[in-house]
Amino acid sequence: MDWLLIPLYLLMVAALYGALLYAPTESEMGEVQRIFYFHMGAAWNAFLAFFGVFLGGFLYLFTRKQSWDRLAASCAEIGVVFTTIVLLSGSVWARPIWNTWLAWGDPRVMTTMVLWLIYVAYFLLRSSLPEGEMKYKYCAVFGIIGFLDVPIVWVSIRWWRTIHPVVITSSGAQLEPEMIHALIVSVIAMTVLGVTLVMLRMAMRLNNSMAEELVQELVERA
Amino acid sequence: MNFLFLGYGVIWTILFFYLVYLARSQKQVNEKLKSLSERLQKLNGKSTFR
Repeated sequence: MDWLLIPLYLLMVAALYGALLYAPTESEMGEVQRIFYFHMGAAWNAFLAFFGVFLGGFLYLFTRKQSWDRLAASCAEIGVVFTTIVLLSGSVWARPIWNTWLAWGDPRVMTTMVLWLIYVAYFLLRSSLPEGEMKYKYCAVFGIIGFLDVPIVWVSIRWWRTIHPVVITSSGAQLEPEMIHALIVSVIAMTVLGVTLVMLRMAMRLNNSMAEELVQELVERA
Repeated sequence: MNFLFLGYGVIWTILFFYLVYLARSQKQVNEKLKSLSERLQKLNGKSTFR
């Protein structure tokens, strides 16, 4: 997995350069708009991670292989981390632009908070159930149903009245070409970071299962 | 400009603390595996652990 770290470092430096220096300053919002490049990269990563939970849960229910549960649990954790980044970076951006830290009535903000809460609840469910097939099955079903909020978050700014900026419309991204370049690099960098973290977390969960196997073996032989 | 620094500060702080959490968890699991493996070897001469 170490091979993933070299392009990750390079991409992160390129993404920071693109967001802070290469992209032009937005005329209305000013410098604070530069938060957007990592905010959107994190949002994309969160959606991707929650799709991983959906896929892992779905495949677990069909195959009953524990590795799919490990994928779902790892993706859920990374998804919660990136959704936290989205909510907090969005909040910092909103203070000078909307004059509030949190726009309670905004559908994009609210649906994202619901998404965050759903996957926090997913971890509460995981920790409350004993290890075994029942836990994996319930978590798979919960993860699949929870994923229904992801498309709602995506379309919330199109379905309902919102003050959240609509950057990507049916006619393309409403940005300067340099801003699009910075955004693409940032999204790629965050995706590589997300994939690296999921792989690392899956390896850790596998090690944990091995430790459990060893404990079982010790108990049997004692 | 202050909000820009605050925004990026928040992003990198969350990532940093998550990486610290991962590193600590990994270390704990590795130590647990090592000690369990040693105990099994002492018990049986050879572990059947795959």
